[in-house]
Amino acid sequence: MESLRRLTGGASRETWRFEADGNDFVLQRVRPGRPDGLGCEPAVLSSAFAAGVPVPEVVVDGSLSTELELPFMIVRAVEGETIARKILRDEEFAHARTILADQLGTAAAKLHSIDHSHISGLASNDQLTMYRKVLDDLGEPHPVFEIAFRWLESNRPTSGTVALVHGDYRLGNVMVNADGLTAILDWELAHVGDPMEDLAWLCVRAWRFGGAFPVAGMGTYQQLFSAYERASGVQPDPDVVRWWEILGTLKWGIMCIAQANTHLSGVARSHELAAIGRRVCENEYDILTMLREVLV
Amino acid sequence: MSAPHDRPTAAELIESVREWLERDVAPSVDGRLSFHTRVAMNSLDIVLRELAAGNDMTQRHEDVLASLGVSTDAELSAKIRSGELDGSLAHVLNSLAPVIEDKVRVANPKYL
Repeated sequence: MESLRRLTGGASRETWRFEADGNDFVLQRVRPGRPDGLGCEPAVLSSAFAAGVPVPEVVVDGSLSTELELPFMIVRAVEGETIARKILRDEEFAHARTILADQLGTAAAKLHSIDHSHISGLASNDQLTMYRKVLDDLGEPHPVFEIAFRWLESNRPTSGTVALVHGDYRLGNVMVNADGLTAILDWELAHVGDPMEDLAWLCVRAWRFGGAFPVAGMGTYQQLFSAYERASGVQPDPDVVRWWEILGTLKWGIMCIAQANTHLSGVARSHELAAIGRRVCENEYDILTMLREVLV
Repeated sequence: MSAPHDRPTAAELIESVREWLERDVAPSVDGRLSFHTRVAMNSLDIVLRELAAGNDMTQRHEDVLASLGVSTDAELSAKIRSGELDGSLAHVLNSLAPVIEDKVRVANPKYL
């Protein structure tokens, strides 16, 4: 093993990169005090890889191993950019921007076709019920969010389609090079549910990062839906996607309250987390705009 | 307005710190620290806009709540949640619009 170096990782994992036998690998290890470990992510990643979804290939699943004291996995490194603002603005990605919405539609179709019957431990919680509880526990009621809950409860999609859902399918969690999509990352929130959740989350305004178009800030719904239909034979229902987009906006609004609360409660004092509290109203504004079109 | 305090006013003090962050700190840091400097400048901008808005936004919020027969967001939330306002959700939403726009105007005016 050579050139071991630490990369900036998420809150729940530490990430390392190294070379072995001339190949590049990435090691993710659970941080201490995270009892949920890696969950079923290595199994989900392996199934996604087998199904032809662009993901890093798992070479060691250490989710049950004690060799590194804490659960870990090693994947083959994939090259590309993940920083949303660069992908949206840098000249290098000009061509990628014209095809990424299509590629994300195709990749979503593939990932929704993954046979998940053999993966144990996948959550299938009702998102609306889940976030109702998160908001109640935070104890900061927002009238616009309550209107969203009322509307979402009485307009639930009835399709009943269930698939493996990525759960955090958006710009920031995908790797892109000059030719477009190279990998879909961050499968920690994978669960079983309505596949339209993924298409909608990709379009939530926060994940457009200031871009002018709905899909990842750079593509149209039509591009996304057509690519999805070509690859899956399933034509996304725009009304169902909008239901999930409103729920997604509500979710991010509640997460903003939660992140500010992490600072305010003293769990982690941070002016960055504090500032996110003032992004709650962006989601109230977006919900207002979307609900005004459907409420009469 | 700020008596008995001397100049600078609260806003002027914040402005002075913001200028220092922009002029001296931002150009001499990079990476994580540069990002966090921009976050800090952004937070100070929010405070400056909130101070400049004065009591108008507070008043508008109170007026809107009163027009809906409540005095707090919590009270209105509970009423919506109970289903009592199901027949007039569009009206409630339209009434709240100016308040939400006020909040965005202070937090991130470019968003509107």
